[in-house]
Amino acid sequence: MKQERDQAQLIEMFRLMALARALDERMWQLNRQGKAPFVISCQGHEAAQVGAAMALRPKQDWIVPYYRDLAMMLAIGVTPREVMLGLLAKADDPSSGGRQMPAHYSHRALNIVSHSSPTGTQVPHAVGIALAAQMRGDDVVTWTSFGEGTSSQGDVHEAMNLAGVMKLPVIFFCENNGYAISVPQRKQMGVENVSDRAQGYGFPGVTVDGTNVLEVYEAMTAAVDRARQGHGPTLIEAKCVRLTAHSSDDNDRTYRSADDLKAMKTRDPVHSYEAYLRSEEILDDAKIAGIRDEIKAQVNDATTFAEKAPLPDPLTVSRYVYAE
Amino acid sequence: MAELNLLEAINRALDESMAADDRVFIIGEDVGQRGGVFRVTDGLHAKYGEKRVIDAPLAESIIIGSSIGAAMYGMRPVAEIQFADFIFPAFNQIISEAARMRYRSNNAWEVPMVIRTPYGGGIHGALYHSQSIEAFFTHIPGLKVVAPSTPYDAKALLLASIADPDPVLFLEHKKCYRLIKGFVPDEPYTVPIGVADVARTGSDVSVITYGLMRHYAVEAAEMLAKEDISVEVIDLRTLRPLDRETVLASVKKTNKVLVLYEDNLFGGYGAEVAAIIAQDAFEYLDGPVQRLAGLDIPAMPYSAPLENEFLPTPEKIADTLRDLVQY
Ligand SMILES: Cc1ncc(C[n+]2csc(CCOP(=O)(O)OP(=O)(O)O)c2C)c(N)n1
Ligand SMILES: [Mg+2]
Repeated sequence: MKQERDQAQLIEMFRLMALARALDERMWQLNRQGKAPFVISCQGHEAAQVGAAMALRPKQDWIVPYYRDLAMMLAIGVTPREVMLGLLAKADDPSSGGRQMPAHYSHRALNIVSHSSPTGTQVPHAVGIALAAQMRGDDVVTWTSFGEGTSSQGDVHEAMNLAGVMKLPVIFFCENNGYAISVPQRKQMGVENVSDRAQGYGFPGVTVDGTNVLEVYEAMTAAVDRARQGHGPTLIEAKCVRLTAHSSDDNDRTYRSADDLKAMKTRDPVHSYEAYLRSEEILDDAKIAGIRDEIKAQVNDATTFAEKAPLPDPLTVSRYVYAE
Repeated sequence: MAELNLLEAINRALDESMAADDRVFIIGEDVGQRGGVFRVTDGLHAKYGEKRVIDAPLAESIIIGSSIGAAMYGMRPVAEIQFADFIFPAFNQIISEAARMRYRSNNAWEVPMVIRTPYGGGIHGALYHSQSIEAFFTHIPGLKVVAPSTPYDAKALLLASIADPDPVLFLEHKKCYRLIKGFVPDEPYTVPIGVADVARTGSDVSVITYGLMRHYAVEAAEMLAKEDISVEVIDLRTLRPLDRETVLASVKKTNKVLVLYEDNLFGGYGAEVAAIIAQDAFEYLDGPVQRLAGLDIPAMPYSAPLENEFLPTPEKIADTLRDLVQY
């Protein structure tokens, strides 16, 4: 029985990663077609995000994400239709009703907290949410994510410091893809691992292979247990690859060599996980084809649905500055 | 009915709101056992414990940022920034995050929090313990900015701010803390956010002001009364949202107006008030919309003669008003 359940979970992880990838690729197509002015990708981060999500309890735990977290959103329960409504800035976009740029995810019913564009400002919010949960005695773990470039921000330091002082049930999840737009990690910090810094805050820091969904899941499970037992925060650094340019407005060929880009493709987390599941004989050609067909239908449905959905009414532009 | 100074009135409001609502908590530097460097939170740590009166690390952005998160979770944080001059490390959290959360989430999220901070000068605080910061924040839609000048208003407005569903910056003039005393009812009463007060009625000229300058304006008005000049003083109490009706009604009655504030003149909060009057009461004006404010130098210097030179005083206010009524 247990093995069956585990197998189902392993397949579900694959489905989520492949769905995120397919949805992401569709976004770029819509961008090229001139239908979506802005795209920012999760490609290369799928394993890190799905591995993390599997250790969390949707609707109970709180998610304070950043713009790369498409796979995390899907894993927590945001639907492909909702994602596409955001991409096309439609009125019913749950993140912001088309007010923010795409990928500034928020979903109140799923405890996914709205974040902005200045990098790192969300990390103090996660600490405040964890503080509130601790004060209330609620069984809630707060997860927040950011890139390694963003780990240079003062807000990230201040947040980790307070979380360490108060032993808050929060997980700091750094998705390290080696670049902050064009600036490589070696120009960003004097340490090799962002997780080394955890020591300075009095809680554990671990670095995992962020292209290995099972390794991430294991580290996250330990961090969630720690948080729930009242032992405080954990910093997890997931070493990822950024398989696309920073965003649709960037051209990474101006700062990454063809060789580097080629080497990176060998670390594609969706491919490697698929290969793993095949080698374990959990998936075969037929099963994979079935999953991919289902995903294709979902992505098509989400695209058509969002394209037909209404845009925001311009007369709503002044609403919700204050409570009404 | 008790006679309290401004800081005692604020302390009472904090105490009452914490007793009434266990979602309310205080976070700031030295607010705990010490009771705040001005003693505004005196006694609350002993009464409510260190979990509800939190001595934060010395880091303003996390004081505000964590309060934002807690407010989104459903708490009612009252964050203290020890001096308004030190709010700038948290500027981004206040304007990019707290103020924009409701709008950017299309009303899905809200940030019901209060940021209390002592501001203003005249206490030998020099450049970094004297600043007026309201202009930076009144510019931002999504924030409310409250600046009471009497114990009566301070208590009720702080309770209103804590109950408010949107983020409120609550400015406490530090020279008023112990200087200004007044009767505060023991029984509940309210002063709504967004309503100005006619601090003194008059017929020849209006002064639109707030904070310490309200008291200086009333002093000037008393001096001028002896010269048969009748001055009306409007204490705005809330800077955003601005009570336009009360301001315009006063100007339409007296036909002359001085906008008075302690901050640097250029681009100060009073510039907006002056612009509104010029636009909406132009036909009623019998003279130019005058402004009197702090000097356009980086901030208030320490040494007494320099500090006095910076600030509008009752004498300078009276001189300006004499000229204005002559116009
Ligand atoms: C405060 C701030 N400065 C600059 C930017 C512009 N910017 C957006 S993303 C980014 C790089 C972020 O890199 P990283 O944190 O490593 O995340 P990644 O995009 O690699 O996942 C920059 C510089 C910003 N959004 N906010
Ligand atoms: Mg990066």
